[in-house]
Amino acid sequence: MLKQIRPALVLLTALTVVTGLAYPLAMTGLAGVIFPAKAAGSLIERDGTIVGSRLIGQTFAGAGYFHGRPSATTAPDPADASKTVPAPYNAANSSGSNLGPTSAALAERVKGDRDTLKAENAAAPVPVDLVTTSGSGLDPEISPQAADFQIPRIAKARNLPQDRLRELVASHVEGRTLGLLGEPRVNVLALNLALEDLVRR
Amino acid sequence: MTLNGWIQIALYCAVVLALVKPLGSYMTRVFTGERALLSPVLGPVERGLYRVSGIDARQEQHWLAYTGAVILFHVLGFAVLYAILRLQAVLPLNPADQAAVAPDLAFNTATSFITNTNWQSYGGETTLSYLSQMLGLTHQNFLSAATGIAVAVALIRGFARASTGTIGSFWVDVTRATLYVLLPICVPYTLFLVWQGMPQTFSAYVDATTLEGAHQTIALGPVASQVAIKMLGTNGGGFFNANAAHPFENPTALSNFVQMVSIFVIGAALTNVFGRMVRDERQGWAILGAMGVLFLAGVWVTYWAEANGSSVLNGLGLTGGNMEGKETRFGIAASALFAVITTAASCGAVNAMHDSFTALGGLIPLINMQLGEIIIGGVGAGLYGMLIFVIVAIFVAGLMVGRTPEYLGKKIEAKEVKMAMLGILCLPLMMLGFTALATVLPAGLAGPANAGPHGFSEILYAYTSAAANNGSAFGGLSANTLFYNSTLAIGMLVGRFFVKIPVLAIAGSLAAKKTVPASAGTFPTHGGLFVGLLVGVILIIGGLTFFPSLALGPVVEHLAGAAGQTFATGG
Repeated sequence: MLKQIRPALVLLTALTVVTGLAYPLAMTGLAGVIFPAKAAGSLIERDGTIVGSRLIGQTFAGAGYFHGRPSATTAPDPADASKTVPAPYNAANSSGSNLGPTSAALAERVKGDRDTLKAENAAAPVPVDLVTTSGSGLDPEISPQAADFQIPRIAKARNLPQDRLRELVASHVEGRTLGLLGEPRVNVLALNLALEDLVRR
Repeated sequence: MTLNGWIQIALYCAVVLALVKPLGSYMTRVFTGERALLSPVLGPVERGLYRVSGIDARQEQHWLAYTGAVILFHVLGFAVLYAILRLQAVLPLNPADQAAVAPDLAFNTATSFITNTNWQSYGGETTLSYLSQMLGLTHQNFLSAATGIAVAVALIRGFARASTGTIGSFWVDVTRATLYVLLPICVPYTLFLVWQGMPQTFSAYVDATTLEGAHQTIALGPVASQVAIKMLGTNGGGFFNANAAHPFENPTALSNFVQMVSIFVIGAALTNVFGRMVRDERQGWAILGAMGVLFLAGVWVTYWAEANGSSVLNGLGLTGGNMEGKETRFGIAASALFAVITTAASCGAVNAMHDSFTALGGLIPLINMQLGEIIIGGVGAGLYGMLIFVIVAIFVAGLMVGRTPEYLGKKIEAKEVKMAMLGILCLPLMMLGFTALATVLPAGLAGPANAGPHGFSEILYAYTSAAANNGSAFGGLSANTLFYNSTLAIGMLVGRFFVKIPVLAIAGSLAAKKTVPASAGTFPTHGGLFVGLLVGVILIIGGLTFFPSLALGPVVEHLAGAAGQTFATGG
């Protein structure tokens, strides 16, 4: 056993340096050169300020914006650090709701959200992704149905024809990768930025 | 369920299968010491490492010395990781000013990473500095995976050799697994992940001002380099709290697909290494076949359950399946598939919250882990776990025909069967024993976030995941407490070493035996009959052991849900 100590110590140190320092540092250097914008977090700048990351969902509350999915992320309670308070789309503390399939709290929350959405647009069925929280609480995307569902509200708030908005949504739908993988989706922040452009023009 | 969903699943299986032979051939060359593709580049590095460490690459070890080296390597790795976590506040690369990790959390996390469990009591972006993530966690992601591969290769040598006292050199195996297998795949893999949108930066967290004027702090970090090895080494510990559900940790449907492939690829290829080293590739395919049967059954149940949706959502007239806790870009099929893969292998990364799965959808991940993660399994750990069951299956077959059981020309005798049973039984002892304890102690009952049978499932899932060295969770459980951090860590240690040590003992004992030539009475172990027997033995042992606990959790919950019942906390 004793004669194993030197190989153990030296090998552990050497492999730690290789895998824990050399590898991540080299990768950071390479990635920064080849894909600088993506390596930095796909940040979106507008008029000189960072408005968010293309990959990270954020809260949109105004009637004139497309809304993302409900988010279950939290933040420490300012009054008592041992507790947490709801803080939707907190991109420094990702998490899901972790409510189980027979949770009364889940049933109550979904019912409330569904009723609110029904009041807003009675013509279409409520898309399931608009009343369920995502796994990360930071889902940047919604289904194309969920975007279409919000068009009447936005058209009214912005005084825009619904057809214009429908075109806007259609042009932002990303299909399945290679026609196969994942699900069709719309990036909410990109859609809202395009909506702003539409209004500015 | 949709046609597209099944096509995604079929494509996944096809890609993994296509990689089995090429990677198996390469790894066989690496571990038998032949010249491999990368030898001209890595050979000098490898020899340099041996020189500074005073290792003679040709000197092989007896199984006891091999085991001693494994344990020593783990103990020292633990010490380094624990020290980094405790000292992170004063170490560099800490732009978010994370405080030192608390002693019980550091103990739990260090244990978790040296055992390849990667249970997340820690919160990633809220707990760890960049240095802890890379120097602490990334390096153990490599080394715990390399250790798993080394032990599997040692066991294969036990089967492949005859009348010898040694099973290889741990130092050589662990070095070669890291240098020749893990690192060369991780380098292009990291760049691919960054291309898909994964951050790889040392910049501090970014403050954004949204279009509506609100502020959002966005956590960043050297994510891609860690995620590559986290998947390839079936580690699964997230850079972020939400793990592979986080858009930075899994940005696209394509990154998701490749991550799923990388969880299985080494484990699947090791069955081929096994076949090649025992000089009969069909033996490897038979084992992969048994794994495949169990895997596809699991995928079918979980996908069906999630696509059907939960009683709560369906009761409100919402269609489209159970999207609670799932990401839009993955949808139902890719989330269900990921959940089965990550628990079949001992990965434990999650791209959707298992806690919010339907009762039956969450049942399969639990069963996968309870069977000991032998369906492909953790890198190395899956193969040696499966070979333990093979020994039991062969023993059962021998009992049925009244002959001394043989496998690959080795007589399976009392010692091997006892060691195999020790490896199998330590898992339920930890999983069920601690679950029972936690359901009666106040400190345990304080944990679950959900009421009713789901709360029980949360506790059962935690100890199952820990002992099986998986690391995924029903995340609602508040596990960052003294009680859970310590009991889970004990579960992880027992689950790791009380399987590894018996496996190495079996390896040593087999290597010392003579090889008996096959005769007319030898039970062929490469055909459908053997695959059926193996699957049967696994399901009977697993079913007898775990059915009562599953009945109290997911099964009751499914029936209650079907009857429209919900459970409120605090009532």
